Amino acid sequence: MLFRPNPSLGVPIYLQLMEQVKHAVETGALRPGDQLPGIRPLAEELVINPNTVAKAYRELEHEGVIELRHGAGAFVTAHGGGRKAADKVRGAQPVVAAAVERLRARGLTDEEIRRLFEAELAGLTRAGGPRG
Amino acid sequence: MADVPVIDIAGLRKRYGSVDAVCGLDLQVPRGSIYGFLGRNGAGKTTTIKVLLGMARPSGGAARVIGLAADAPDASVEIRRRTGFVSEDKELFDFMTVEEIVRFTAPFFPRWRRDLEERYRRTFELRGAIRVKALSRGMRTKLALLLALCRGAELLVLDEPTAGLDPAATEELLQALVGHVARDETTIFFSSHQIAEVEQIADRIAIVDRGRAVLAGALDDLRESFRRVQLVFDRDAPQAAFRAAGVARVRRQGRVLTVIASGGAEPILDEARALGPVSVDVAPVTLKEIFLETVATEE
Repeated sequence: MLFRPNPSLGVPIYLQLMEQVKHAVETGALRPGDQLPGIRPLAEELVINPNTVAKAYRELEHEGVIELRHGAGAFVTAHGGGRKAADKVRGAQPVVAAAVERLRARGLTDEEIRRLFEAELAGLTRAGGPRG
Repeated sequence: MADVPVIDIAGLRKRYGSVDAVCGLDLQVPRGSIYGFLGRNGAGKTTTIKVLLGMARPSGGAARVIGLAADAPDASVEIRRRTGFVSEDKELFDFMTVEEIVRFTAPFFPRWRRDLEERYRRTFELRGAIRVKALSRGMRTKLALLLALCRGAELLVLDEPTAGLDPAATEELLQALVGHVARDETTIFFSSHQIAEVEQIADRIAIVDRGRAVLAGALDDLRESFRRVQLVFDRDAPQAAFRAAGVARVRRQGRVLTVIASGGAEPILDEARALGPVSVDVAPVTLKEIFLETVATEE
């Protein structure tokens, strides 16, 4: 199955679903024009709230990744959310991959790496000062 | 939201003798939601449900269901006609067969959905000739749910629907509920102490503790706003009183100070940094942690 959100993460399910759709588009698992499952069947298949699926689809449409054609369903847009954006992300992936590799080589666990990324993004390391 | 909530509870109180089962409960269930009513055993969940269905009279406050006052006698008849209810003990007539109880129940409900009846008898594999008495716990729950789902009700109230079910039966039941909401625009209000199932299918929750809703809202909003901020010091963690709003809990443990923030990490970060920690970590908080932080330790 293409999508597999995990309800017991602290991350909203609709965000997980959005990420998974975008990832599928970026990797080419979903191509422009491809149809996504309907809200009801996907909610039933994943056993998650239909409002959550609807919210993810709405946000994805807002971001231009998919388009909702009335009565027909959800389709990946011609540019799949902007080729530029996808290329930018794909281009950045090796940078992250290299950083993660180096950190692993230093003996950091994935969980520690994840926390470092989160802290960095939250701007925590600038004032508190990394000392140890 | 302009839409009238399907369930609207304000300042609800219910006293049994000297025990306050419910004391000042507030919650609103919007139409079309799957609302998880989460609490420990004895938190007041079943009492609240009884009030909603007119099976217990409130001692104070108000409860409205589909726009009707739950404690008005004629209204409660109407509420029960338009609401599907599955009680905690799944009371059914044991002497009947599955076929008999379905045929017995259907005429009470003018909007009985024969199509759903057939669908759920198939998906739940409920054979008509089996006596209710002989059903396993899981099958009994499925039968009770079928009888509730087929009424064409606009609201389903389920008290601990998955109690005693194995994981496979639980998943089947949750799937039926999700599918039902998606197809028939029903609202579901279900009580549970199983966090995993609540976070799987609910879009809104209330955490009830000692008869009061200690937390309520859209589950995604809660997931986005709760953060655990962990500060590590090179000495014993200082006693810290945070002035910022949204500090749900502060815990000191040796050199570690853990702050659970209910309004995102940002509001407390300045104060946190001023304490001079050697490291600051921010992590999302799972519903289970939110539950434990808001309920268990409030002694």
